[in-house]
Amino acid sequence: MELSETETPVKLAGEAPARRSRNWASIAAPLAVGLVFLGVWEFLVDYYQIRPFVLPAPSAIAVSLVENLGSLLGSLTFTLGITLLAFVLAVLGGVLLAILFSQSRIVEMALFPYAVMLQVTPVVAIAPLIIIWVGVDKPGFAVLILAWIVAFFPMLSNTTLGLKSTDHHLHNLFELYGASRWQVLFQLQLPNALPYILAGMKISGGLALIGAVVAEFVAGSGSATGLAWRISEAGYRLQIPKMFAALILLSLTGISIFFLLSWLEYKLLHRWHESAAHREN
Amino acid sequence: MPANPEFRADDPATVHRPLIQLSRVDKVYANGTEAVRGVDLDIGGAQFVSLLGPSGCGKSTLLRMIAGLGGVTRGEIHWPQSRYDARGNPERNLGFVFQEPTLMPWATVFQNVYLPLKLKGISREQAEQPIRQVLETVGLEQFGQAYPRQLSGGMKMRVSIARALVTHPSVMLMDEPFAALDEITRFRLNDDLLHLWAGHEWTVIFVTHSVYESVYLSNRIVVLAARPGRIIADIPIDAPYPRDEDYRTSETYNHYCRQVSAALHRAMGD
Repeated sequence: MELSETETPVKLAGEAPARRSRNWASIAAPLAVGLVFLGVWEFLVDYYQIRPFVLPAPSAIAVSLVENLGSLLGSLTFTLGITLLAFVLAVLGGVLLAILFSQSRIVEMALFPYAVMLQVTPVVAIAPLIIIWVGVDKPGFAVLILAWIVAFFPMLSNTTLGLKSTDHHLHNLFELYGASRWQVLFQLQLPNALPYILAGMKISGGLALIGAVVAEFVAGSGSATGLAWRISEAGYRLQIPKMFAALILLSLTGISIFFLLSWLEYKLLHRWHESAAHREN
Repeated sequence: MPANPEFRADDPATVHRPLIQLSRVDKVYANGTEAVRGVDLDIGGAQFVSLLGPSGCGKSTLLRMIAGLGGVTRGEIHWPQSRYDARGNPERNLGFVFQEPTLMPWATVFQNVYLPLKLKGISREQAEQPIRQVLETVGLEQFGQAYPRQLSGGMKMRVSIARALVTHPSVMLMDEPFAALDEITRFRLNDDLLHLWAGHEWTVIFVTHSVYESVYLSNRIVVLAARPGRIIADIPIDAPYPRDEDYRTSETYNHYCRQVSAALHRAMGD
């Protein structure tokens, strides 16, 4: 058999010049907006002599960030540790439970309403209960549980959706060739669910951080000194520049998590999935 | 590719025993739709049978039942030349080609073709040679490492055919495989399919709703009517192979097209 003229393969997208300039723009444009914004902010604070406990100038925030960097990084480590642990446990728990659901309709029907219940109940409302259960002396553990509750559900629902959305013809094909339940799971359902799992991870990664911060506000105390606790502490003491400094670290953490997971998604999907593949048209 | 060991052209016992025997097969879906009623059909070795009919005539349902996907409601499908395993399932070697290429998008062409062998527990080293060979047969030896999204529609369909051929099936079931392709590609794949089929003694059961495609390809056309799906004509096409453009414009071809068209009109109640 020879390939005819009409059957030329779709050209593999290369690094076209237009694409490269777009990449530059995607960094330069938001950077320019940020610099202009900071400049205007600095100018207005200076011009109207706004007092630092109302709105500190960007320069004052930068100074505070450098001065408090040591203690703030310690708090960052605490918050980051909780976030990552909650995230990993949410990914494992969500994927494993979704696999269990995919294997047994009864288990899914029995457990899914409770998973939804866990999701829709505001985490702030459960916090006092969790703190009592794990003991007031272990606020870190309580924060971990609360962050996990928030991050868990997107993993469960996305993975469940991904495992269910396999092409039924491919299912037929596996059946035709006598595939076992595990072969179907590992060679068809899980690869098919991968884009869904990765999309879930992007949501969960952000939510784990949000969950950790909210939980810290509620459950944190002297012995759980994460970034959120530092923010409320600085707020009480009207150390607003320091509050902003902690806030910046939190934002950077969230952005890093998002970019890391986006990078992972690109690495795993760009060769085959439309969502991550380059197209020239 | 070795010939199908089940088939011996010189053995009269084999020739007279059909490969697949459908007797009084009914299919009623759970929602009450009567898809197929009272189908009797014997299919022998090395036949190229087209199942032709309007939408809803149950031709795809019939094909799926022959493949063992979804059971029959009444009647039975028997494989007289096959051994049956302890659970009463016939041991047969089938290839199935769907209307869509139905490839795994996350896997390369090579990995997609490897699938049937992998599921049977054949190692990659052992599978390497047959896969290379079958990719060469369909003209895709250069594309083993490509992903499906990099291929054109016709090429994807070739991968799908290669995957069905890699197990050396004795029966190839094809469910409107070329319906979604443009005419030039479809004609080309028609010729390629006939070329592949001519060299090997396997049976093709080909579902289509094109009179012209079925007359060009098959040596037997089974025409079905809809609601409920039933056989209303079984027409042998006694034109010699190999067939080419000359056949497509010949009087014989036109004659058969008219005959099959008339049967199809009867099937649609005109």
